[in-house]
Amino acid sequence: MPSLGADMTEGTLLEWLVKPGDPVHRGDVVAVVDTSKSAVEVECFDDGVVEALDVEPGTKVPVGTVLATIAPPDGHPAGSPASSAPTPAATPLAAAAPAPAPAPAHRAHAGGPGRISPLARRLADELGVDLASVHGTGLHGVIRAEDVRAAAGTGPAAAAPSPSGPPATVAAPPPVAGHDAAARALDMRRSIAALMTRSNTEIPHYHLTLTVDLHRTLEWIRERNVALSLSERLVPAAALLRATASAAREVPELNGHWVEGAFVPAEHVDLGLILSLRGGGLLVPVIREAESLDVVATMARVRDLTRRARSGRLRGSDLTPPSLTVSNLGDQGVESVAGVIYPPQVALVGFGAVSERPWAVDGMLGVRPLVTVTLAADHRATDGAIGSRFLKALDRALRDPDSTMQQEEQ
Amino acid sequence: MTPDQARTALQEAISHVVPGADLTGLAPDADVRDALELDSLDFVEVVEQLSGIVGFRIEDHEADALRTIDSAARFLTARAPAR
Repeated sequence: MPSLGADMTEGTLLEWLVKPGDPVHRGDVVAVVDTSKSAVEVECFDDGVVEALDVEPGTKVPVGTVLATIAPPDGHPAGSPASSAPTPAATPLAAAAPAPAPAPAHRAHAGGPGRISPLARRLADELGVDLASVHGTGLHGVIRAEDVRAAAGTGPAAAAPSPSGPPATVAAPPPVAGHDAAARALDMRRSIAALMTRSNTEIPHYHLTLTVDLHRTLEWIRERNVALSLSERLVPAAALLRATASAAREVPELNGHWVEGAFVPAEHVDLGLILSLRGGGLLVPVIREAESLDVVATMARVRDLTRRARSGRLRGSDLTPPSLTVSNLGDQGVESVAGVIYPPQVALVGFGAVSERPWAVDGMLGVRPLVTVTLAADHRATDGAIGSRFLKALDRALRDPDSTMQQEEQ
Repeated sequence: MTPDQARTALQEAISHVVPGADLTGLAPDADVRDALELDSLDFVEVVEQLSGIVGFRIEDHEADALRTIDSAARFLTARAPAR
C-alpha cells in the first residue's frame, strides 16, 4: 500500500485491474485504492508478471503492506518478490509511515453498499448508466467496472445512452450515496486534523510576508496568451508556481524535509499544490521537478492535476511527497495565507489574491496588481534570514518574467 | 447567434467543466464564477470550451464579459455572426 499523501496511514484496496499471470509494466495502473480523501489509481513500479494478489478488494491495510507479488519479466520464479506498491522508502515520508503489519488484524471493511470504484463511475458516466440501478458484485457490494459494463449491456440504461437526466443541483458533488459521502467527509476531516495537529505541535512556525508587484508578470502572460492556443492559456497561478520553483532553487534550505532532527535537502523542487475539492476537503497533488518546467509546461501540469483531482482520476505518482507546498487561496479572495506546514516539509508558500492596489513606483503613486506572499517556515530548519532571502528571490523572479517564465534548468 | 443560443452555449461550456452544474436557477446578473465556485483554472477552461462551441477565439481581455449570464449573452450575440 503506497503512501498517497502525508496524512495517509492506511488505505482500502477497492479494485484490482490485473490478475495473476498478467504481464505488467512500470507505470501501468494496476489497482484502485481508496484513501480517506479520494480513490486513487495505483501504478505498478516495475516490469514483470503478476504472481499473486495478496490483498482482497474491500480490505483496509496500513501503508507499507504488500499488495501483490510481481515476478521478474524473465520468468525466474519469484526470486525477488516485489511489492506492487510504489515504495516510498527512498523518501523521508516513509520514516513516518507505520511498519507493515499483517493485514488480517486490519480487515476493517470500509466497503459497503454505495461504494463505487472510480473506474466504474467513469464508465457509468461514459455509458450513461445510472449507478443506482447497478448491482455491485464486489466485496461488500462495491460496484465494479464489470458491473457497469453488465448493466450497460442489459439494463434499460443502454437504450438511452445520453445522460440527459434531470439536471443535478448547481455544482453537484459526484453521485455517491449520501452516507458514503458523509463518511468520506468525516474521514477526510480526521486525516487533515491529525496532520495539522502534528504540524502545529511539532513545528515551531515562523511567518514572513512580502507584497510583490505583478505588473510585469501579468503583462507578460497577457502577451503570451495571445500567441498560445486556448488549451495552453496561462493563468497567474502558473507564473506564481514557476517563480516559486526558481526561488526554491536559489534558496535550497527551504526545499526538503526535516528528518530525525536534521534538514535533508531535496534533489528536485517537487511542488505540492493544495487543491480544494468542490465537495469539501483538500488534495495535494505534486508537480514533480518543477524547476525543470517552463511556465507553459507548469500550466499544463496544473491543468492536468486539477482536472484529474476533481474527477477522481489521480494516480499514485501524482501524490508522491512534495518537497515544498504552495497554497493559492487568492482565488477565493483572501489577501494573505499564513499557512500550516505539511510535515516533514519545512516550508509552505501562501499566495493571496492578486488585486489592484495603490503602490509607489519610482516616486509616483500608481495602481498596480499586487499579491501578498507569505512564507511559513520551520524554525528548526531555518531562521528568518533565509526565509527573507527566499521571498526576495521570489520577488525578483516575478519582476523579471522574461527570464523566469522561460527558464528551463537542466 | 440569438441570446437563447448564447445561453445554451454557456451552459454547455460550464457543464463540461463542472458536471451537473445548472444555470437555470441562476439570476441573469449573478456572478457565475462566484455562484458556481469556479476558480481561475475552471474559468479558463470554460472560456476554452465556449470558444470551441461558438467557433471563435475568446481572448483574455474579453473573458470578463462572461461574468454573468446576461453579459455573456450580450457579448456572444454581438460577436457571433447570426445564423
